[in-house]
Amino acid sequence: MRRRIAGLLAVVLSLTLVASACGSDDEDATKAAFIYVGPVGDAGWTYAHDQGRAAAAAETGVETAYVEAVPEGTADFGNHVRDFIDQGYNVIFGTSFGYMDDMEALAAEFPDVVFDHVSGYKANGTNFGNSFGRMYEPRYLSGMVAGSATSSNLIGYVAAFPIPEVIRGINAFTLGVREINPAAQVEVVWTSTWFDPVVEGDSAQAMLDKGADVIAMHQDSTAAGEKAEAAGARWVAYNSDMSAHAPAAHLTAPVWDWGPRYAEVIGQATAGTYEGGYYWGSMADGTVDLAPIASDVDASVVAAVAERKQQIIDGSFHPFQGPINAQDGSVLVAAGETMSDGDMLGIGVFVEGVVGSAG
Amino acid sequence: MNEASLIGLFEATVSFGALLYLAALGEMIAEKAGILNLGVEGMMAMGAVTGFVVALQTGNPWVALVAAVAAGAMVGLLHGFFTVVLGAEQVVSGLSLTILGLGLAAFVGRGSVGEPAGAEMVSVDWGPLSDIPWAGPILFAQSPFVYLAVIMGFVTWFVLWRTRLGLAVRAAGESASTADAAGHSVVGIRLAAVATGGGLAGASGAYLTLSLTPQWADGIVAGRGWIAVALVIFGAWRPGRVAVGALLFGLTLALKTRLQTFGVDFSPILLSMLPYLLTISVLVAISIRSRNRPSPAPAALGIAYRREER
Repeated sequence: MRRRIAGLLAVVLSLTLVASACGSDDEDATKAAFIYVGPVGDAGWTYAHDQGRAAAAAETGVETAYVEAVPEGTADFGNHVRDFIDQGYNVIFGTSFGYMDDMEALAAEFPDVVFDHVSGYKANGTNFGNSFGRMYEPRYLSGMVAGSATSSNLIGYVAAFPIPEVIRGINAFTLGVREINPAAQVEVVWTSTWFDPVVEGDSAQAMLDKGADVIAMHQDSTAAGEKAEAAGARWVAYNSDMSAHAPAAHLTAPVWDWGPRYAEVIGQATAGTYEGGYYWGSMADGTVDLAPIASDVDASVVAAVAERKQQIIDGSFHPFQGPINAQDGSVLVAAGETMSDGDMLGIGVFVEGVVGSAG
Repeated sequence: MNEASLIGLFEATVSFGALLYLAALGEMIAEKAGILNLGVEGMMAMGAVTGFVVALQTGNPWVALVAAVAAGAMVGLLHGFFTVVLGAEQVVSGLSLTILGLGLAAFVGRGSVGEPAGAEMVSVDWGPLSDIPWAGPILFAQSPFVYLAVIMGFVTWFVLWRTRLGLAVRAAGESASTADAAGHSVVGIRLAAVATGGGLAGASGAYLTLSLTPQWADGIVAGRGWIAVALVIFGAWRPGRVAVGALLFGLTLALKTRLQTFGVDFSPILLSMLPYLLTISVLVAISIRSRNRPSPAPAALGIAYRREER
């Protein structure tokens, strides 16, 4: 008897399984899956992406899912994508540079699925596109705050790798620093890491030992901020609001807000209007922004930053508008001119005011 | 280069040196008993994540340290179970332990990434000693882990070379059958040595997440466990020489990015290779030297002991 009940149960269960696989989902509904390179955690790069996913899901009402800590350059990425596609996901976001070539190949294999890649430089004009942000805009503003906060006129910049994205950020930051404080210098320490808290913390410490009283950075860890906090110095964070890690040191941070862009891509995928192009978001559309400024920063500085922010948004000011001199004193951007997107994307030299070698 | 920068360099040298020394001492103890454990990286990761998570839960850094030591010892015992009890190949088991430890640590720490620390070990204040120029900040204002490393160095030396227990441990590493014939339990000694080694690696990992950079991140150990393994060879299985090596390797870690702030334009990518280049050169030097002299390595290192194969 018990056996018969068990058999019956098995039949019923398999039937419901088949039924649920067939009917309950709307076959055409847009479903978006995200592949993250790191764990979501509480702050930093991947955290910012997951905040964006949640915001986009709330705005569009579309079902989303994610998988975290997927390494670059392994078969894992493709396996996760195929899994998601099997489950009916038709928009795939990959949020790390190293996913680019895999996404390009998968986009060719699955022409009905939209692949949107963050931070790369490839697109296919149909179902594989690229999204990134003009982080140099809020970096310029964060430099203004840093310039007002230094009294030693030495700012340490703990930098990741000498690639255009990082060099562009250092330049924009320095131009912002020197708008407020023309005597200040920004000294760069390369760590050759994206995430090694020990090295990043020690590099910040080295600059603090040298007399820097403000530390800026371009990695995912909060180690530099913790060293600044311990030394009684100030800190400009990155990626997301990290003020909880160094409440006294935290000045502000250039931050990502991926929600609007992700909602836009999901909307285009639903409407069938996704074009697989290049998208470089800005403060005007909200992809990048400046985190709240510490309450002890002078009101006149906060007002100057707010004014510049407005000018950048309405286009009447550009962080890379001339005259700008390069580190060696030669003219980088002539008066009356503005650096083109192409030149910004390939920038390999520092501006005047930066101490250190650009690689 | 100003004075503060130079003091900072030596401060970082001592602090990185202690980090490496704790893990290297542990590895040395295991190897002295005849067990090569290449899982230092994994044991450090487990110590690091356990220390951080327990600090989050309890808010007490000392409880966290004890938990980290226990976690390291447990992973060490796992290696002991495979290699001592089952007689498995030590290199393979050690490498698996590295992979297992890193993976398990990443899993355990998933929810703690980016969290502000629950507790940290504050630097010891030695009163007037801490105010001495140069020596004060470099030697007398360090994390408790630095003094723990120094104490453990002396304790290890004393126990291994001045007690009967130490004699038994060294006998198990030089000739397990002799130790067995002398009435010592080779299995017991080797298990205890591997567990102790794991505990010290766990403490080294906790130094990372409770003191040096109080946060958890997957990959925070970043290859430093491998430097500790190399240090044991560099130090010829002697606590004093391993300490000198730890300071030297600590200096290369401290110089890695600091050299730039001293105005030396040298590629940081090349600089980050420095500790590893040093390790390789030492290995080469030792192998050349030991052609004429007996190797300083324990004679039974890496060889499983089975009584019936005597």
